[in-house]
Amino acid sequence: MKQKQPSAVKRILSIRGMGGALTAFAGFIIIYLVFGLINNQVFTGNNIMNLLRSMAKYLIIGIGQSYILITGNIDLSLGSVVGMSAMLSATLMCAGVNPIVAILITLVCCLVIGVINGFLVGKCQLPPFIATLGTMFVARGIAYMVNGNRNTDAISSGIGQEAANVFQNFFYYGKTLGIYNAFWIAIVLFIIFFFLLQKTRTGRHIYAVGSNIEAAKLSGVNVVATITKTYLVSAFCACVVGLILCGQANMGNMEAGNTYEMYAVATGVIGGISPLGGTGLLLGTLAGAAVWQTLENGLNMIGAQVGIQRLVIGIIVVLAVLLDVVVRRGVFKKKAV
Amino acid sequence: MRKMNEVIVSMENITKTFPGVKALDNVRFELRSGEVMALLGENGAGKSTLMKILSGVYTRDSGTMKIFGKEYRDLTPKQAQEAGVAIIHQELNMCKHLSVTENMFLGREKLHGGLVASREMEKEAQRILDDLEIDLSPTQVVGDLPVSKQQMVEIAKALSTNAKILIMDEPTSALTAREIEDLFRIIKDLRAKGCGIVYISHRLEELQHIVDRVTIMRDGQYITSMNFKDTTMDEIIANMVGREIKEKFPRVKCEKGKKIFEVKNLNAGRMVRDINFSLYEGEIVGFAGLMGAGRTETTRAIFGVDPKESGQIILNGQEVKVHNPQDAIKAGIVLAPEDRKKDGLCTKLSIRHNIALPNLDLLCNKLGVVSNKKETEMCDEAVKNLKIKTPNVEVNAANLSGGNQQKVVVGKWLARNSKVVIFDEPTRGIDVAAKVEIYNLMNKLKQEGIAVMFVSSEMPEVMGIADRIIVMCDGRITGELMAEEATQSEILTLATRFEKKIADGEKEGGAE
Repeated sequence: MKQKQPSAVKRILSIRGMGGALTAFAGFIIIYLVFGLINNQVFTGNNIMNLLRSMAKYLIIGIGQSYILITGNIDLSLGSVVGMSAMLSATLMCAGVNPIVAILITLVCCLVIGVINGFLVGKCQLPPFIATLGTMFVARGIAYMVNGNRNTDAISSGIGQEAANVFQNFFYYGKTLGIYNAFWIAIVLFIIFFFLLQKTRTGRHIYAVGSNIEAAKLSGVNVVATITKTYLVSAFCACVVGLILCGQANMGNMEAGNTYEMYAVATGVIGGISPLGGTGLLLGTLAGAAVWQTLENGLNMIGAQVGIQRLVIGIIVVLAVLLDVVVRRGVFKKKAV
Repeated sequence: MRKMNEVIVSMENITKTFPGVKALDNVRFELRSGEVMALLGENGAGKSTLMKILSGVYTRDSGTMKIFGKEYRDLTPKQAQEAGVAIIHQELNMCKHLSVTENMFLGREKLHGGLVASREMEKEAQRILDDLEIDLSPTQVVGDLPVSKQQMVEIAKALSTNAKILIMDEPTSALTAREIEDLFRIIKDLRAKGCGIVYISHRLEELQHIVDRVTIMRDGQYITSMNFKDTTMDEIIANMVGREIKEKFPRVKCEKGKKIFEVKNLNAGRMVRDINFSLYEGEIVGFAGLMGAGRTETTRAIFGVDPKESGQIILNGQEVKVHNPQDAIKAGIVLAPEDRKKDGLCTKLSIRHNIALPNLDLLCNKLGVVSNKKETEMCDEAVKNLKIKTPNVEVNAANLSGGNQQKVVVGKWLARNSKVVIFDEPTRGIDVAAKVEIYNLMNKLKQEGIAVMFVSSEMPEVMGIADRIIVMCDGRITGELMAEEATQSEILTLATRFEKKIADGEKEGGAE
């Protein structure tokens, strides 16, 4: 049987999840242009730089949560792990621990939360909502406890001004090739995790588990290991964002990353990642983070109150999913072959 | 008391067509008050469809239906209930967290000024339970009761709606001997009170204890009705089988070679009990039986999906330990499962990803990166060999027709060099052309010296394709036949050879 070779454009469009990602990109461009026309400041290079830097956080947590969503699960502990990471690293550095050592210790602690989540959801088959609700409180509790229920002092008090500057520049304030490092970190992580999801065996397993866990099991996929890996990715991303927040504030804040788990869900969902699992592209997460950040930035620039910002973002999230549902219910449904 | 032996249900020329199948073809059925009528037939004979029409779940395409002399055209479940028809399903439909009373009055609660009249309902429930001599408290939570008691609650619920026509679908399958006696006592009570009871069961040996008449169906057609007293088991079985074999089966002759695969003393729960069999080079071994005979459970235990209690799996003379599907696949044992949408396919993923999924170990380099080139080759090969009809391999598996989906399920296993291939109902719900292609595929595997285990509930298919037939019933192997010598009656006799739960002592019907 001869197969038709579809054209390149058609092939790209036929990738599952591409539709949602492209829609979100289109939304991002429209939102950006609209705000830009209202306030020209939006278009300035300075604003674009700031926008990219702020977007980094949303993109990274979005990547973490997207991995989880694609398996059909959720990670509510993500925001608390961000806080734990910020507090732990800051406390260690205040105590004079070498930043690299502090980062490694923090990373290990965050990954432990990921392993626990994976164990509870994958092995014990707890509902992910409940399991990660538990670890959410645990991680936030640890964030409070590490410095005795207080925010930390400036990290320079422990490791000295010079080392503190290096740390802060590396994660937040420094620039490479004219763009803030925070954005570079996000982009590097994005490329790595995009590749992991699209091109590797683990990535295939993640999609398979999200699409049909029973079929995946019967195809020889180690379901528990796969789910654990996704929670490790999520914990890793949360850890990095915690370090960025620590670098930004020069200290550890106990409330750092509060409700980030929900921002992360919204970022993924706006980008067309189905919370039911099995579909979605990290490209969508990138677009979702861009939509989110331009909205926040644009509403700020035109002087909208925080209340209005929240309200608009809420509506956008619902619209994005509604669109997805409408499409799925068969408006553009293909016929069976 | 109601008059006995009066015709309370009469169905004439009932026809029902589902897309692609004629489920019922000019069927007639008659039930009288004060009798227990056994409705018999193989899987797919149309028994359930007929009873669903009587209880209003389906509407008939044509034919007449009278209940208590009144003619009904398009019956709804509600009307059927009002007319006195109640059906007790094989899978009980109970709210496990609610009490006996709450379940009995579900959806028709008695109210007093908008509030639920619990006391009154409990009293009523108690009265009905007492009438039936069922030892149960109306306030007990249903989920805590054993299955047999839950079933009694179902019966009590049916009677609380004043049911006069009771349909029971395989009521004894989950019961112990003691519980069956209880059930039979209640059935006899109801019969004495003038109810008509339709009793669907594959356990032919039980019929003698309660049944008055039998109606036999086959292939959606009415075959015969007779008094149970005037017939024999052999006659009943002879009437149940004898399906016309319409299709032609492509049989391939092969030299039977050496033993490849052996299962010894396999136990895994109630549905897999002491299973022993071997597969040889150059033969297809069919697993026949009725639905729920434990064949699917056996394949799942072999493949490592469900835990085994005991047993050995021997491949080419060496024992292999199979704790999960990964172990089985590594050893070269693969399973194309029964329910392709539930177990076989990731429907949200492309054909390409589905075929690649179990073969990623072959397609990845050491770092776990998938080779596009190898993957494309594998998928193109599978599409070509299996004649999967699709514009390209990027199409979602959900968008394929049933037959093509099945080919993907099979295709993903053929891409690797397996030694044992297990097919569980591979042709269910696919069209004739696709069926023949699946048969050809099995024949090809047989010729290549791969052991093929073929589970199917379609008797003609098993007889047409398999070289040797193993019959299972209720979790046990009840017999083995060479396909050339096997007859449908023999297979059905073995497939209904349940372990006797009750002694044959108190015979009422004179059969056997």
